Amino acid sequence: MTEPNLVRSPGVSLSAFSTTSAVWGLVLRDLRVLRRNFGPFVVRTVMNPMLFVFVFTYVLPRIGQGVTSGPGGATYATILVPGLVAVGMIFTGISAVALPLAMELGGTREIEDRVLAPIPVELVAIEKLCFGAAQATLGGAVVLPLVTFIPVTAVHVRIEDWPLFLVVLVLASLAAGALGLALGTAVRPQQIGLMFAVVVTPIMFLGCVYYPWAMLHVIPWLQWLVLLNPLVYMSEGLRATLTPDVPHMPTWAFLSALTLATLLLGALGVRGFVRRTIS
Amino acid sequence: MPPALTIVGLTKTYEGPPPVTALFGVELSVEAGEIFGLLGPNGAGKTTTVGVCTTRVRPSGGVVTVNGFDVARNPAEVKRRIGVVTQHNTLDRSCTVWENLYYHCRYFGMSGTDARARTDALLEQFRLTDRASAMAMTLSGGLAQRVQIARSIAHHPAILFLDEPTAGLDPQSRLQLWELVEGLRAGGITVLLTTHYMEEAERLSDRVAIIDHGKVLIVGTPAGLKQGLGASTVCEVSVDRVDESLLQAIRTLPAVHEVTRTERGVRVLTGVRDGLLPRLVEVALGYGLTDVAVHEPTLETVFIQMTGRDLRD
Repeated sequence: MTEPNLVRSPGVSLSAFSTTSAVWGLVLRDLRVLRRNFGPFVVRTVMNPMLFVFVFTYVLPRIGQGVTSGPGGATYATILVPGLVAVGMIFTGISAVALPLAMELGGTREIEDRVLAPIPVELVAIEKLCFGAAQATLGGAVVLPLVTFIPVTAVHVRIEDWPLFLVVLVLASLAAGALGLALGTAVRPQQIGLMFAVVVTPIMFLGCVYYPWAMLHVIPWLQWLVLLNPLVYMSEGLRATLTPDVPHMPTWAFLSALTLATLLLGALGVRGFVRRTIS
Repeated sequence: MPPALTIVGLTKTYEGPPPVTALFGVELSVEAGEIFGLLGPNGAGKTTTVGVCTTRVRPSGGVVTVNGFDVARNPAEVKRRIGVVTQHNTLDRSCTVWENLYYHCRYFGMSGTDARARTDALLEQFRLTDRASAMAMTLSGGLAQRVQIARSIAHHPAILFLDEPTAGLDPQSRLQLWELVEGLRAGGITVLLTTHYMEEAERLSDRVAIIDHGKVLIVGTPAGLKQGLGASTVCEVSVDRVDESLLQAIRTLPAVHEVTRTERGVRVLTGVRDGLLPRLVEVALGYGLTDVAVHEPTLETVFIQMTGRDLRD
């Protein structure tokens, strides 16, 4: 077992090229892992929205219970579409970034080889965020057909403004990835259960998923309080672009809030990542 | 050739609460091509020192350079030039053995073709080819450590850091790992090895630094350090009762260099063996002699002489 060339010290200096190829290596690794776990990924992503839409827009109408229509004459099934797509995205952001990261940082330390890649550690964190965002987009794409085709009542999805839809999609995905990064670097593995109870569940239930934000005007304190929840802007942004007939927030509001949430959570996540990997 | 690694006045205090100071001004220099052992008990500051050298711990003071690059100012350049194996299994558990090596090569900028060739060559070299498709988490401790070493040299680092590479390994795996490191030496690699096993430091290192309480106590070749004791033989005398009169009595014997009290009796450093032993026994009989063991000085003897403590304490 001899190793020739070991003293050969790479004379190449750091360049934009080598940084890019290192980050690309991280992406390739994440793609490989995603491909290996694609089955569980889909199951994890669709379970919650699929069951929700099944019970509320298939079972309940069939047995003569539940809400069938909402504001603007839209069916309840239509109201649910953007919200459940947003849930699919944010849930993916959490399960694809936060959960593995919490384990890797807190228990197994297996992130170390990537932390030792010849790039600033901040870039490793940003790659995690972006790959989480890509997975969130995928999560939303998996959920959309389900929530469109399962309901027994009519669903009206119509994208009028494609550029705006794409902007919302990208921002919402990045916000989901950033939330995943921030949570993943903040919780210890033994706190994951608690994180679901204290952070994830309230985000899901109070994220204007099952009702448009405008309808909360009858409970003013809640309408203000939920503005702290990034999922609200993801739901409302998708509502504005997927089901424009349903009442929704003004465009400037959800765009600026989504941008702000992404920047804040992203900064928090990157800082947390550096703090957890370099002592 | 400039040193592969220089450490000047390195201090590290972990912010609390309570703040803990792990390093109090460590000074070291590792020459290119040598295997350098950092020997000390647990908690001496070995892992913190390696942490700073490998950019994972921020120094509180002092300067550390790897191949001329400052670890604090230029971590990415330093990371390009180092290989790291820690005492924990940090293999990517979501990946196979092959993928662990392949993606590592990609992180270091190799093309797909180069990374594939390098991975296959490493698997061959480390006799891991038949494990290529095993998931990393299914490997035994010894195998995992072998994969970690293969991974750490995959990008041709200028210096390799092995932090307690055999901690927790069974004796057979430890022996295999030693052979592996000796094999690397033949290739001329520079290694900084930390260990609290003196046999490991003695067998593998060209030079050894003994570290305790965050400070380097002494640096030298294993042979040089042992010679520095001025004694060629160590006698461990176990007795039922130890007191100052026993120590005093032994000190008056000829050719005795040093007598120190141990847990079970006294340790005698001497230049000669012949003739002393019977007289030692004679003296110790009056104190309830139970055992006499004679051995050559080891690095542990050096450590004990310097600190008054055992490596395992």
